[in-house]
Amino acid sequence: MAVQTSTAVEPGALSLAPAERKQRTLWGDVWQRFRRHKLAMVGTFTFILLIALVVIGPMFYTTDPDFADTTYAILEEGKPSPEHLLGTDDIGRDTLARNLYGGRISLAVGIVAMLVAITIGTLVGLLSGFFPSLDSPLMRFTDMMLALPQIPLLLVVSMLFRDTMRKALGVEAGTFALIVIVIGILAWMPTARVVRGAVLSVKEKEFVEAAISTGTRRRKILARHIFPNVLSPIIVSATLGVAAAILTESALSFLGLGFPPDVPTWGRLVVDGQAYLDLNPILSVIPGVLISLTVLSINFMGDGLRDALDPRTRK
Amino acid sequence: MIRKNHKTLHLFIGLVATLAMLLSACTAAAPAGSGETASDGAADTAASGGEEAASSGAGIGDRDPKTLVILYWQAASLPGPYLSGGTKDQDAGAITLEPLANVAPDGTFVPKLATEIPTVENGGISEDLTTITWKLKEGVKWSDGSDFTADDVVFTWEYCTDPDTGCTQLSRFEGVTNVEAVDDYTVKVTFDKPTPFMYTAFVTVGSPIISRAQFGDCVGAAAQTCNEQNTLPLGTGPYKIVDFKVNDVATYERNENYHGEPAYFDKVVFKGGGDAVGAARAVLETGEADYAWNLQVEPDVLAEMESGGNGAIITHFGGNVERILVNQTNPDPDLGDLRSEYDNGENPHPFLTFKPIPQAMSMAIDRNLIAEQLYGFAGQATCNVIPAPDYYASTANDSCLTQDLEGAKALLDENDVVDSDGDGIREYNGVPLKVRYQTSTNSVRQKTQALIKQWWSEIGIDTELLNHDAGVYFGGDPNSNDTYQKFFTDVEMYTTGPSIDPQQHLSEWICDQMPSKENLWGGNNIFRGCNAEYDELYQQLTSTPIGPEREDIVKQLNDINVQNYYQIPLVHRGSVSATINGLEGVEMNGGWDTEMWNIAEWSRSE
Repeated sequence: MAVQTSTAVEPGALSLAPAERKQRTLWGDVWQRFRRHKLAMVGTFTFILLIALVVIGPMFYTTDPDFADTTYAILEEGKPSPEHLLGTDDIGRDTLARNLYGGRISLAVGIVAMLVAITIGTLVGLLSGFFPSLDSPLMRFTDMMLALPQIPLLLVVSMLFRDTMRKALGVEAGTFALIVIVIGILAWMPTARVVRGAVLSVKEKEFVEAAISTGTRRRKILARHIFPNVLSPIIVSATLGVAAAILTESALSFLGLGFPPDVPTWGRLVVDGQAYLDLNPILSVIPGVLISLTVLSINFMGDGLRDALDPRTRK
Repeated sequence: MIRKNHKTLHLFIGLVATLAMLLSACTAAAPAGSGETASDGAADTAASGGEEAASSGAGIGDRDPKTLVILYWQAASLPGPYLSGGTKDQDAGAITLEPLANVAPDGTFVPKLATEIPTVENGGISEDLTTITWKLKEGVKWSDGSDFTADDVVFTWEYCTDPDTGCTQLSRFEGVTNVEAVDDYTVKVTFDKPTPFMYTAFVTVGSPIISRAQFGDCVGAAAQTCNEQNTLPLGTGPYKIVDFKVNDVATYERNENYHGEPAYFDKVVFKGGGDAVGAARAVLETGEADYAWNLQVEPDVLAEMESGGNGAIITHFGGNVERILVNQTNPDPDLGDLRSEYDNGENPHPFLTFKPIPQAMSMAIDRNLIAEQLYGFAGQATCNVIPAPDYYASTANDSCLTQDLEGAKALLDENDVVDSDGDGIREYNGVPLKVRYQTSTNSVRQKTQALIKQWWSEIGIDTELLNHDAGVYFGGDPNSNDTYQKFFTDVEMYTTGPSIDPQQHLSEWICDQMPSKENLWGGNNIFRGCNAEYDELYQQLTSTPIGPEREDIVKQLNDINVQNYYQIPLVHRGSVSATINGLEGVEMNGGWDTEMWNIAEWSRSE
């Protein structure tokens, strides 16, 4: 019996063995280590939850965020009720609906603007770090961009292109494109500098010299050997970028350069509600908390990714 | 490992909470509106944190009941109007300095240092409308006991009109060619041309009389250096100034030489500093002050404070009206240089010049709702662009006070402005009724925009909202396309209004005043409406003396403007102050003259 049992177990154990020896990939490793990072997992979970909330939420909570239910605002003073779960503002617009819709816009702006900034920043950083001939012109260009006063530049850019964009893409899409591009082109410089620094140090490493000595093409060295090794500063910049973009959008809207004033975004909701902090704090606290949650969860994800990508933390 | 993670998790939660509070509490300070004439009234007023209200009925606490405490949250920098133009400075001066006449809240003129108001009927104003002769009260003394005479009035004119004095009230003496003392108690003011409204010089808080004996050596370049005279001017009013701390506090005592009934209070303290919410709280909740000025506070917040029962909110409505201007020219960006240009009437708006359309837009608006919900104490619905004083206000347009959505729809239907392609937007001659609606950045204005957009969409008009930073919008930079003067949208909204005599304001809407590229958008006929009937009637106004005929012309001019829907008036905006319970005799007067205009009659019930 005993023999039989052991033989019965044997094939199973054998079949497991190849799985354990399965080739380990970079991303497989990263994922494993990322999953062990508790804070990063909390961040990821929160972020997914927020996205689900703003994407799926309005399908269930169908109140129109723009409709001003004036009679309700006067009779019930905007207090929460089954009809308006979190109450309304002083002209009767539903707080919950506005936060859900506002989240769609704020998150979309944050993520897309971050992608724009990171793409430009990484490209400039890689090129100037790797090709000495490009270094000086690109870095001086970066310095110039950093030295430009931001608000006047924003004013000029949006004034010049607002009508063109509106005509080409329609009011909503045009404004969205303009805002993400404007935020993107004003935020790529720190990324470019950090990436350049990382490239300069990685470039001198032995494995790069090895690659050069085996005759690998420069383009390939850049893509295969250097880029993966500078990912961690890029990812950190990216996570910070999302937060900055969400906040910049609210500042832009405040100056009248962002979305039309009736489009709710989290930043605008906070600003609109500030006069009511005493009477109806929920108006700015909710979008404030949502912005903080988004920013923090993305930052923790970034932290976790950086640790996971760093070979020195491998155990 | 696990313990460490728990720690970080707690840290995470703590961080979230702190950040949330920080973010919601101190995001985005409102940029100050600049270059704006009284257009940012009920604007963003930062509500200060959650301080608990003091127990209601605080009364005046342990303060001396014979001391009057007036709180201006903008501190006065000099008492008197001549060297510093701020309302706070004029009002600090008005407690001791007096003009020949004041304007009462209802717009009537009240003699102060004069015995009566000169008119054509009593011979005080010449038939040709070029001279006005004031009779002065006899026996009036300055607070140091010296005599007040016609010579002081002449001196005041010499003082302010000296080009080196840097007088901020120079416009009060515009057109005045001579001021002479006929005798000790008679002053004759001569104008360069027939002037129907002559109550500019020496009338209201803006041009009180100062003493020649005191300021004789302070004329011209010396004016700014006369520190003692400037901070402690002699006055003829009910109180004399005894101490003045620049940008802080002014102290007054009863003037024993006052020409009227002796004042009630032993002492008046005119305090500055803080913010509007704090000032409201000091009167309505803690009782630290008796009177607080210019309470630009969210209506709900103010109502909540008033309900404490320690004081009352008082308002006065001057000439300011929040209105929508309807562009009579075409602002289409494709027009290039012709955008929003009148071009001799060759460039009319594609649909807003067809009267039933702006009429329906006006009918669709619930003005009372906007006034009550968004402006509160500081606003009341109006249908006129000249809303006050009563004798100038037309009653012909009052039907607009009731919202009429069905009527608006019917009006458009009747005029064949219908939705022919089923997209919910009506068309006029094939042009869909899509309007762009701009104003300055200000939470009250953005909410007004949102409400109006909703009502207009109900009658089939699509609205795109725009807001610009107040500094840009009111900045007047000819290089910016976002100024109210350029008016590159279909409709726009802001506040303006007439002073006590509306002639100057009405002059802005004649054809010649049209802004254009040629005059660098300098004119004030912002809506670009040209109406021959209006221009003719305006010319008539400039030669009609004060009286029923003038009142009638003003009303007609108002009606032409409103009934052609060049402008859609929304809210009559007033000034808001607070008084403590027991303070008597206050007659709120923010619009025409100083709120301190009758401080001699203020007292406290015992």
